Amino acid sequence: MNPVSGQQHPIGLYLKIWGLLFVLSTMSYLVDYFHVESYLRWALIVAFMLLKAGLIVAVFMHMAWERLSLVYAILVPPLCLLVLVGLMAAEGGHTFLTRLQFFH
Amino acid sequence: MNNTATIAATPLSPTLAASGWRGLIADWSSDRQAFHVSWGKAMMWIFLLSDTFVFSCFLTGYMTVRVSTTVPWPNPSEVFALHVGGADIPLLLIAIMTFVLISSSGTMAMAVNFAYRGDRVNAAALMLVTATFGELFVGMQAFEWSKLILEEGVRPWGNPMGAAQFGSAFFMITGFHGLHVSAGVVFLFTVAFKLMRGDYDKAGNYQIVEIAGLYWHFVDLVWVFIFALFYLW
Repeated sequence: MNPVSGQQHPIGLYLKIWGLLFVLSTMSYLVDYFHVESYLRWALIVAFMLLKAGLIVAVFMHMAWERLSLVYAILVPPLCLLVLVGLMAAEGGHTFLTRLQFFH
Repeated sequence: MNNTATIAATPLSPTLAASGWRGLIADWSSDRQAFHVSWGKAMMWIFLLSDTFVFSCFLTGYMTVRVSTTVPWPNPSEVFALHVGGADIPLLLIAIMTFVLISSSGTMAMAVNFAYRGDRVNAAALMLVTATFGELFVGMQAFEWSKLILEEGVRPWGNPMGAAQFGSAFFMITGFHGLHVSAGVVFLFTVAFKLMRGDYDKAGNYQIVEIAGLYWHFVDLVWVFIFALFYLW
């Protein structure tokens, strides 16, 4: 792809993704509206979130048509964040238990 | 400009290359291309990667204070409800903001399409629509902040509804995102203006529109995570 012609995809595709993002957002809103609780709630919220994020990155940001060298350079480093999230979840849980023990 | 490197690298084998500083410079200036996209696009992607880490740290920090507090977390569904027609509709304002931002992403994607077809009038018009959606979003956020600060008494160090950390996480995360939206609006207006003036016609290279688009879609992407993790969790 040279920069002059660049990333060109049919407008119809963008409109379909736009519609899909609307539907997915409405679904996440309805999860809250109908008071879905506990594990089902988290599963649905995270699933809709990841689907929306995937569509935006793949289609709107053209990641689906980029070379793998760029795709991996951008998408792999954020996976390190899962380690940080895991560490901080453990840390937060520990802080919570400590507070229960000493401040209640 | 083009992907095929036209400059032939000096055919020096590593063993023959100079040692010391000269060798270092020779090694690092070998005219290799890794990504095969323009410099501007690669740099925007790398900036967005760094920004991903910034927002992830905010959201991870928010998760940490939320799981570690023994005071109940205020229910965002009720905090951000709107009073419409005699009833409280939960999270209504946030839902509208979400749809506005998604729509702005749709118009931006179309703007990039028109720009690459050389239709600069429609491309600039769609960029202005995108920027207007962005302004609408920031306006609604200003309304949301005023309501929370003036009517609900939420402060970064406390609030009447529950855990004190609610305010600090809220102002930090949504504030930084709102700053990104505002900067994006300025960026879009600038590029749209230059596009209309014909600044990119001489080179026939309209990639700046796609690069601006990458930034804008990223702002939408971050909101997807904020919407799910802060407002719905």
